[in-house]
Amino acid sequence: MGAELLQFLVSGLTVGAVYALVALGFTLIYNASDVVNFAQGEFVMLGGMVTVFAVAAGLALPLAAALAILVAVAVGLLLHRLAIEPARGASAVTLIIITIGASIFLRGVAQIVFDKQFHQLPAFSGSDPILLAGAAILPQSFWVLGGAVLVFLGLFVFLEKTLLGKAVLATAANRLAARLVGVDTSFVLALSFGLSAAIGALAGILITPITLTSFDVGTMLALKGFAAAMLGGMGSPLGAVVGGLLLGLLESFAAGTISSAYKDAVAFVVILAVLFTMPQGLFGRRSVERV
Amino acid sequence: MLEVRDLQSAYGRILALKGVSLRVETGEITAIVGGNGAGKTTLLRCLSGVQPVSAGTVKFHGEDITGWTPHRRVAAGIAQSPEGRQVFGPLSVEDNLRLGAFRRGRATTDENLESVFEMFPILREKRALPSAGLSGGQQQMLAIGRALMSEPRLLLLDEPSMGLAPVLVDQILDAVVALKRAGVTVLLVEQNASAALAIADRGYVIETGRIAHGGTGQALLHDPAVREAYLGL
Ligand SMILES: Nc1ncnc2c1ncn2[C@@H]1O[C@H](COP(=O)(O)OP(=O)(O)OP(=O)(O)O)[C@@H](O)[C@H]1O
Ligand SMILES: [Mg+2]
Repeated sequence: MGAELLQFLVSGLTVGAVYALVALGFTLIYNASDVVNFAQGEFVMLGGMVTVFAVAAGLALPLAAALAILVAVAVGLLLHRLAIEPARGASAVTLIIITIGASIFLRGVAQIVFDKQFHQLPAFSGSDPILLAGAAILPQSFWVLGGAVLVFLGLFVFLEKTLLGKAVLATAANRLAARLVGVDTSFVLALSFGLSAAIGALAGILITPITLTSFDVGTMLALKGFAAAMLGGMGSPLGAVVGGLLLGLLESFAAGTISSAYKDAVAFVVILAVLFTMPQGLFGRRSVERV
Repeated sequence: MLEVRDLQSAYGRILALKGVSLRVETGEITAIVGGNGAGKTTLLRCLSGVQPVSAGTVKFHGEDITGWTPHRRVAAGIAQSPEGRQVFGPLSVEDNLRLGAFRRGRATTDENLESVFEMFPILREKRALPSAGLSGGQQQMLAIGRALMSEPRLLLLDEPSMGLAPVLVDQILDAVVALKRAGVTVLLVEQNASAALAIADRGYVIETGRIAHGGTGQALLHDPAVREAYLGL
């Protein structure tokens, strides 16, 4: 029983870390613009797919991964430049619909450029499970968790310790005041798109050896990441991390104890439950301000 | 230093500024007074570049800056302490101030931080606390201090006395006079007309998007029409 619990825990944390990374991407862009970027999942897809095809073309894995991140960042910046920036001043709903359109477009292009098959990457350091207190843990899980921790730490240092990072936080707190002190908020938004794309792509690269990838994995991941961000409280980076991990754990335990058929339903239930009972989420802005 | 000509600005179809012209001279305090909804905030927003201008020009040191981005204006030396303070609530007092210097070199930031703390000692005491927890008066000092961190040549102040107790109003206005002595040119917007005109070298009265009167601060204070309409005398 203990071993089984540990197994659920590790697999829950592993997918949860991916959801947390996707949720962080949502959070960064939302904070800079009030836009929920539903193309966030496509960055994850691009990370996995570009790496797969670059490796197949003969590139070494680290190079392929770096290329995939570059491609995703370029797509993120183009998305901002060509679709979001020209619509500046439009309502948040309009912008959200633009991101949904962009995600459909990106999926279509991926289907043409790549293919409709499922693809896998070899695990980074072998696929022999590590036995830990009776639970079999994939070495790739440690890559996912370690990568996520590095991203969280890096983002924390950037936001809390650098003036540019603080300008990002200031933009989130009060966009007008940020412009009045001379922060170029369009640049901050572009930066957020670039960072979100890089983080999403990294998540896609790390998880592909475990879950496979295809041109359409982004849809479900965007939904899960969105559920995680809602659960944690839209706009809170800490909430995104906690929400992602919690959602991963909930899914893992639901799959283990009820049925894996219901795994994906967990995210929908979470979204509905959050909307009905605590729209501001666990670490949402309003609940913070009330303290 | 600043020359505004026939400036117009609209919110949708509503024209909030219907052709405003005014001048701000170097080293002076220029006051703009007027009632609710007269267009004072809109004018300052236009001067900072965060509000679209539909006609007219703004010249700063003889250069046409009408189309400049807000950050370019800050870099050129125009800073604003906006209406309602607009501090970065979750960020600490010190971070708020350091962000004020976003367009300045790191070298002078510590020095400027020190002079803001000298001007408003309470901010030094609260430097590590989130600014959302400050009182209204302290937030006003923070908003002014944040604007000063960019070493402005022209400081725009939008209703710095709003919602403050009389003793704090005096303290803030004393600070404005001290800034003038230190060489900062100030454009001061106030509903508190008598207090603003009393410290101003020059003043304008704005009414529904138009300049209705203009003159030296003292002349406006003694103008019967202004006294009746804005000073309640
Ligand atoms: N965001 C907005 N959307 C639409 N109309 C606006 C907006 N802000 C201001 N207005 C309108 O523009 C006009 C000028 O407003 P403005 O805020 O510039 O006046 P003000 O002189 O600063 O007033 P107050 O002394 O109350 O601050 C008013 O009629 C106001 O209703
Ligand atoms: Mg106003």
